[in-house]
Amino acid sequence: MGFSETKDASGVLVIRVEGQLIVGNRGELKELVQRALDAGERKLLLDFGATGYIDSSGLGALVSISKKVREEGGELRLAGLNDDLRSLFELTKLDTLFAIAETPAQALARF
Amino acid sequence: MEPAPRLDPAGALPLRLCVRRMPLPDAAAPAARVTLRLPSDITCVEEAVSLVTRHCLAGVPATTRVRFRLQVALAEALANAILRGNCEDCDKTVLVTAELFADTIRLSVTDEGPGFDPRTIPDAIRPERLEETCGRGLFLIRKLVDAVQFNERGNSICMTLRRR
Repeated sequence: MGFSETKDASGVLVIRVEGQLIVGNRGELKELVQRALDAGERKLLLDFGATGYIDSSGLGALVSISKKVREEGGELRLAGLNDDLRSLFELTKLDTLFAIAETPAQALARF
Repeated sequence: MEPAPRLDPAGALPLRLCVRRMPLPDAAAPAARVTLRLPSDITCVEEAVSLVTRHCLAGVPATTRVRFRLQVALAEALANAILRGNCEDCDKTVLVTAELFADTIRLSVTDEGPGFDPRTIPDAIRPERLEETCGRGLFLIRKLVDAVQFNERGNSICMTLRRR
């Protein structure tokens, strides 16, 4: 369980969520994104291709991150959600708040 | 009488998992009961979900959808119990009980808090609440499982999930 960061050739910071995004580690992701924003990153992609499940705390953390990125004039995209994960966004209507692409490559192409 | 052992908030002590295989009085077929007591520490949630899920699905074919719903609903209920019920008080614990039937799983999560009235929880998907950072937990539970019940005090949630 954890988060890994890579910088795409086009300057997008890709953060891969490995394992769960839940109440126990949501703060870690928020801090990671804040550090990235403080370091000047403005294009962020969250890749959920290796994510097991997300709880409402994790969804709340994503909402919070989305606001922060927007306030800083940045752009946030999500990708790699399987059908189960995507259903959480649809049930909570958060699919209307986030820019969600099927794959990281598709998301990167839209920055 | 000796005082109860203090639970380590850092999660250094193992979770206390107790698995009993027994016929349930009202069950059509032999079923099992799994209980797990965990400290009021949010860092224990993932391990608790993993342990209980493994026992709930052991030996029974389960779709990834059922596994996912079980994991999310249990994680939600545990987070609510630890954060809101027990207010992360390390002297309080959370009890998980899973009753395993051939077709259904009945999960109860009980905290030591004063309880709450689930009717007072606002609708999580009203447009003006879209950018709220909390308040979706109970909504998700209701959407992911087949039935939800609370005890009268409101400190215990019972979730029923069909295996198919």
